[in-house]
Amino acid sequence: MTTTTQPPRSTGHSTGVPAAPARNGTGTFKQRAHDKLHDAKVQRAMRNFNLAGARARAVDEVPNFEDIRVTGAAIRDRALANLDVWLERFEREATRRGTRVHWAESHADINRIVVEIARAANVRKIIKSKSMVSEESHLNDALEAEGFQVVETDLGEYIVQLARETPSHIIAPAIHKSRDDVADLFQEHHRTPRKDSAADLTMEARKFLREHFLSADMGISGSNFLIAETGSTFIVTNEGNGRMTTTLPRVHVAITGIEKVVPTLEDVSCLMRLLARSATGQTISNYISMNTGPKQAGDSDGPEEAHVIIVDAGRSRLLGSDMQEALRCIRCGACMNHCPVYQNIGGHAYGWVYPGPIGSVLTPNYIGLENALDLPNAATLCNQCGVVCPVKIPLPELMRRLREKQVERGLRPWQERVGLKAWAWAAERPAIYGWLTWVAARIGRLAGGQRRLIHRLPGNGWTQERDMPAPEGATFRELYAKRQAGRR
Amino acid sequence: MGARENILKRIRASRGVGPEPTQSERTAVEAHIREHPVGTRPDLDWPLKDRFREQCVRMSSTIDEVATLADVPRAVAEYLRENGLPARAVAWAELAALDWSTSGVVVEDRPATGDDLVGITSVHLAIAETGTLMVLSGPSTPAATSLLPETHIAVVPMDRMVVAMEEAWALTRGTHPDLPRAVNFISGPSRTADIEGQLQLGAHGPFRVHVIVVG
Ligand code: SF4
Repeated sequence: MTTTTQPPRSTGHSTGVPAAPARNGTGTFKQRAHDKLHDAKVQRAMRNFNLAGARARAVDEVPNFEDIRVTGAAIRDRALANLDVWLERFEREATRRGTRVHWAESHADINRIVVEIARAANVRKIIKSKSMVSEESHLNDALEAEGFQVVETDLGEYIVQLARETPSHIIAPAIHKSRDDVADLFQEHHRTPRKDSAADLTMEARKFLREHFLSADMGISGSNFLIAETGSTFIVTNEGNGRMTTTLPRVHVAITGIEKVVPTLEDVSCLMRLLARSATGQTISNYISMNTGPKQAGDSDGPEEAHVIIVDAGRSRLLGSDMQEALRCIRCGACMNHCPVYQNIGGHAYGWVYPGPIGSVLTPNYIGLENALDLPNAATLCNQCGVVCPVKIPLPELMRRLREKQVERGLRPWQERVGLKAWAWAAERPAIYGWLTWVAARIGRLAGGQRRLIHRLPGNGWTQERDMPAPEGATFRELYAKRQAGRR
Repeated sequence: MGARENILKRIRASRGVGPEPTQSERTAVEAHIREHPVGTRPDLDWPLKDRFREQCVRMSSTIDEVATLADVPRAVAEYLRENGLPARAVAWAELAALDWSTSGVVVEDRPATGDDLVGITSVHLAIAETGTLMVLSGPSTPAATSLLPETHIAVVPMDRMVVAMEEAWALTRGTHPDLPRAVNFISGPSRTADIEGQLQLGAHGPFRVHVIVVG
């Protein structure tokens, strides 16, 4: 039995405009976050998740980790500062080595190019190693609509594909799924007796996916980096599916963003130290596959065709702007592993491909500020993400800038705008401000009752989940004046 | 205008520079590649072999040590027997050429297929910092041999061990002015933690990586 796996069929996403995938819950960020907070399964799954502890141990082993972060950020900045020149350099070297380099301006371009490559090479079955860019373009749907069979091979991606969902974490895509969920999915799709342990389930997936690896015509992967010096792709995995995808099928296509170019082999060596430690607390990931061109004379394995698709799709807009630093991202996931908001609501609540703090920055930039109104506000600005980011992206600062842009462009709700205007007006008039707070403190105290807790604030979701401590009955100014008087 | 030109133009416009790269920009890029400076690194001042051994174990490889290459067949035979594995393997040419006659292990000189259970390779270089095997694809060093079998045995001569990845590149630039199709870095067996965060070995690649250090 080799073909009992039925990859999900197209769910009819348009391939041009990326929309929030309906499969993961509908509505606004607030509604989705609310649903996830009340979903016992999501809450249990999120508690299984402790990559933060592993990272801390791995970072502690390196006393000068901070200096390495500075170097890493500088490497990424060097590439971004002359991005077009580095990309040309990559293209020239990759082409010299026989790789075909394609350029995609939009998500629709990615899908069109991949379909063209697959058709020209008479491809039927496609295996995929993880590619977040292909999630942006809903590539699987586009390929299935054209009649190709597509199988995700990263175990987590395979699980979410069987469940017809999308990843909820960039390096642990199925972190929201319990072992029971996986057992159900495998039993249904593999038509095998139900397995219970993670070990047996992993073995079963290995067996089924091995068949796919050996029979696929084309492999699609991302590329963590593109190396300008050598024209190579650089794919990092722990499972080894990246190696399978680049070794076995006769066509390999790597899809990655324009920002992923890195100048030299030394530069990528430094970034790898940061990536593995920050992602999973490893000193290195199990497999790094660096590929340069197709199979060479005399080789018994490797693809006959090697393609790289370099994708813009909104990225170039960030260059030269006050958002450029976000393009340093090496997709380690540390910012989400350390985010108290992500830890509670999981990745799907963010509504698009990239969750967590980096998602809150990238999503509004890639699909439009007006399409992701809540995201820059889905943070406590506690700066955990900024502290752990291996390439020193000032994530809270970028979110703050996005909030400012929302206000400037009048994108915040009218209540908030009017409220802030009124507050600003009063704050400029100390006497009136003092009187208003005097009144509010007393009303608040009355509303708090015996237990000094306000259960419901008017027109405000804040008290839906918790009580608001009632004011003591005097304002800060009154207390301050009293204290100063006492001192004298 | 094609997508390529549009993207490159857009990047330059965002950067606030003219539509074509200047000569000095191109020169600066080539100069950085020529110099390829080594950035800040962790303290790498440990005994090479000890560090390699320790990191191999950390990445769940097992490790053995023999005096000369001629001792490898016996060490392989012992490892296979102790682990209840079949005494049959495919190997890279350089290792298939050893004298296996008294070891009891049947070794074939050919690339691994999906049915082979044990693959024996050497390494281009080994990296002490992370317990990593660096293998290059080529006619006599097929990539599949370290990938498809359930057990990968890697023979690492001490004179191929380097401190860190940067040293590996320095040597490789000399031996391979053009990189081969595949440069693979392998650090322990394949693994996944995608089901409830529980670590499982042997997700797709080998379940076992056994390293035999020579010398
Ligand atoms: S923003 Fe920083 S911490 Fe977050 S995924 Fe990117 S590199 Fe990692």
